[in-house]
Amino acid sequence: MTEIDLTHLKPAVESCIPMGRSGLLPALHAAQKIYGWLPKEVAAEVARLLRIPLADVHGVIEFYSLFYNEQVGQKFIRVCTDQACALKGSDRLLRHLCSHYDIEPGQTTDDLSLTIERSPCLGLCEQAPAALVDEDAETNIAPDFHSYDLGIPQSFVYGSLRELTANCGEGTTTLAKYGEYKAYKKALDMPPEVVVSEIKASGLVGRGGAAFPTGVKWEGAAKAAGSQKFVVCNADESEPGTFKDRILLLEDPHRTIEGMCIAAHAIGANKGYLYIRAEYPYIVPVLEAALDEARAAGYLGDHFDIEIRVGAGAYICGEETALFESIEGKRGFPRVKPPFPITNGLFDKPTVINNVETLCNVPLIISKGSAEYRKIGTEKSPGPKLFCVSGDVGQPGLYEIPFGVTLRELLVMAGGVAAGQSLKAVLFGGAAGAFATSDHLDVKLTFEDLRAAGLPLGSGVVMVFDETRDIRDVLKRLGKFFAHESCGKCYPCQMGTQRQMEILNRVAKGSVVEGDFVRLQDVGWTMTDASLCGLGQTAASAVLSAMKLWPELFDHKLPRTAALNEPPGLAASSVKMKASKTKPEAKKTGKTARPKSNLEKKTKRVQAKKPVKSVKPVRTKKPVKKTGSKK
Amino acid sequence: MTITLTIDGQEVNAELEQTLLEVAREMGKEIPTICFHEATTANALCRICVVEVEGQRVLQPACIVKAGAGMQVRTRSEKVVRARRTILEMLASTMDLSEAPEIQAMMREYGASTDRFPDAERRESAVIDDNPMYIRDYSKCLLCWRCVQVCADDAQYTFAINFDGRGFETQIGTFFDISIPETSCVLCGQCVGVCPTGALKPKREYLLEQGISAGEISIMNTGRKQRKAK
Ligand SMILES: Cc1cc2nc3c(=O)[nH]c(=O)nc-3n(C[C@H](O)[C@H](O)[C@H](O)COP(=O)(O)O)c2cc1C
Ligand code: SF4
Ligand code: SF4
Ligand code: FES
Ligand code: FES
Repeated sequence: MTEIDLTHLKPAVESCIPMGRSGLLPALHAAQKIYGWLPKEVAAEVARLLRIPLADVHGVIEFYSLFYNEQVGQKFIRVCTDQACALKGSDRLLRHLCSHYDIEPGQTTDDLSLTIERSPCLGLCEQAPAALVDEDAETNIAPDFHSYDLGIPQSFVYGSLRELTANCGEGTTTLAKYGEYKAYKKALDMPPEVVVSEIKASGLVGRGGAAFPTGVKWEGAAKAAGSQKFVVCNADESEPGTFKDRILLLEDPHRTIEGMCIAAHAIGANKGYLYIRAEYPYIVPVLEAALDEARAAGYLGDHFDIEIRVGAGAYICGEETALFESIEGKRGFPRVKPPFPITNGLFDKPTVINNVETLCNVPLIISKGSAEYRKIGTEKSPGPKLFCVSGDVGQPGLYEIPFGVTLRELLVMAGGVAAGQSLKAVLFGGAAGAFATSDHLDVKLTFEDLRAAGLPLGSGVVMVFDETRDIRDVLKRLGKFFAHESCGKCYPCQMGTQRQMEILNRVAKGSVVEGDFVRLQDVGWTMTDASLCGLGQTAASAVLSAMKLWPELFDHKLPRTAALNEPPGLAASSVKMKASKTKPEAKKTGKTARPKSNLEKKTKRVQAKKPVKSVKPVRTKKPVKKTGSKK
Repeated sequence: MTITLTIDGQEVNAELEQTLLEVAREMGKEIPTICFHEATTANALCRICVVEVEGQRVLQPACIVKAGAGMQVRTRSEKVVRARRTILEMLASTMDLSEAPEIQAMMREYGASTDRFPDAERRESAVIDDNPMYIRDYSKCLLCWRCVQVCADDAQYTFAINFDGRGFETQIGTFFDISIPETSCVLCGQCVGVCPTGALKPKREYLLEQGISAGEISIMNTGRKQRKAK
């Protein structure tokens, strides 16, 4: 191996040095940008510059999927193989790419030009199948692989309301278009306690999955002792099937920023962090530009400013305390609670952490007033709600509706089950959710009705499977997801996710062994009851719900139905795809790829010879020939 | 402040700062523990000590949860027993417990079977013998974290070891797998002292087990001392 030139490293990580340990993730990102990976010498130099023990730096690199301590290709393709993409042929896409370059998933070409990896959900599920090509989203990849969208992903926004999504669907809303931070100005004229009581009165509960009352959380942090407090925006959005925060941040970044400003005023914080998953690289420049605009307008400044932090491939870092650890430059291990973030959060200081969608509700509540806000939705579940609809529906996308609409009504809005099939199941709430069937169609989408029906609202995932789909394939992917994402701290989840995956693999293969049903249940309940954090506590949720609904899938030796969830032959499936691609009243944006000199060749758009009848621009795939292709 | 709570139907007085584990032990009730150690930060990660506390959605680790007034605690409910047994069975399917007699005893007590999980992937790795003081046999490691903690801010502030991988693939390791003498390790032996399973073992004990006589070992050691003295 050639000598590694360390001269460029110091200037690149200079700005991270004063942050000390907390600068570790940004420094490793900066280093990886230069070298493509993190060789030992580079890691050692980062450790030296930031004064962090070598072993700790290594531990951090090892924890995050997107830090590499082995050489990888100059170009990176990450193909999502989670549920929604699998329905649209992601396995075939992955096989196609890999055989084209003559490598296996996870491998790099001999000339080090390309690495292809499987990826957990990329938050592009409504445009499946999807991949991330370096920093560009590749979506709507046609079954023949010849047309796709590349660059910043589009936003398909529908539903019966336009409150949270008022500015979504037409490209990034600049400050000029967003207008003044009217709600923030109004809040600044209110004493912080009054802001908190408005939020309490609105009945807003967190949209990140745990459904905790936002006002109560803010009140706790406002009252907590200490002069240094933080507001953190959780934009880690890694729950398979979830993509709402991606759209909110890309299309309307100022709404989230304004929500954070109001939270800061309410609790007395002068520093905010926005933690975004690394799989959303194309959002970061949009956010940076929006923060600059907000600074120039005086909304951000010495009184309160926001720093963006980028994750590095770890679902667990969406868990609030793991997220704090990650900002602090550590492995994303969840902390034991109590103490809770409101008193001992980021850097052990009182902290309010909220989901993007939660924060987007805040300006709405302050400008309308809580009474007016409560006119949306139901008595016990006030407000608008975003649902991420994907899978076998006519019109996948983001749906804004008031709480109280039924599942049936939502699915009708979404064009019903695609291709004239009937409904088999809906995965509700994400990988950590549960399955619903046609028996649940008349359940109202509210916290209380869903709880009664045993369905978690989670992050608003509604992933639809038609009757031809094999739930065992869905379960197999769930099993893999949790085994891949368990942080490994507590025993029930560290080993339970592995054992669950092994059994689910047998189930999918039709090779269950005696006792697997009870074994799977014991593992599932042990994780649910005894795990340390929400990941392990919900890692078996969907599996246990499937065992209740379809016990026959687990205790018979069903024959393996090979790749049932892949679209059938090319001809048939392209018809199906086209049909479901017609999105008549969609508000949408055909965006150009971000200019990026070394990718210029790749991102150039070429009109397909036979344009598919679609409302979106369709490009012909230029086989990526930069690399040592065998063909 | 003294409070009253109920453990397995029995009313008991406790101090507010006491953990459920302490209170139960004072009553003569045994709650099993694996990761808990008086000298290291409690991370409540093995979850073998979980108990059922009325009103709580999930089981609570007795080693860190504080006694509360009026708490209703069950230390052997069906849920508790299922969790403990399954955790033990998963451990047995994952690692080499041959030198962990306490865990073997727990397995007998909870009727945990050693082969509950057929075709289960195990965490196996070769013995690492790279320094004069101790060997590392991570096939026996149950990831209690104690060694990492005593090496770091629980005791020694040496920071020689940390974690490799994550999830099931986690292992204790050094910076890019360098040998112990290349790390900041000062051979204090604290990690060996807290390791519960023989994953970290004094070199001398290891060599004796390998059938090397005490005499031979002492010659080896003299050799080392002489080299060092130079
Ligand atoms: C494994 C796991 C992953 C999570 N991921 C996210 C996430 O990506 N985004 C999010 O907002 N909350 C996530 N949460 C929930 C957070 O811990 C936390 O409850 C939330 O950020 C609080 O914000 P809210 O009250 O506005 O919902 C996750 C929780 C767990 C256990
Ligand atoms: S439940 Fe899973 S993710 Fe959470 S602490 Fe335990 S091992 Fe880590
Ligand atoms: S090596 Fe020993 S002390 Fe260290 S984590 Fe493993 S079992 Fe615990
Ligand atoms: S992007 Fe593939 S499932 Fe979400
Ligand atoms: S002994 Fe309590 S969690 Fe390990």
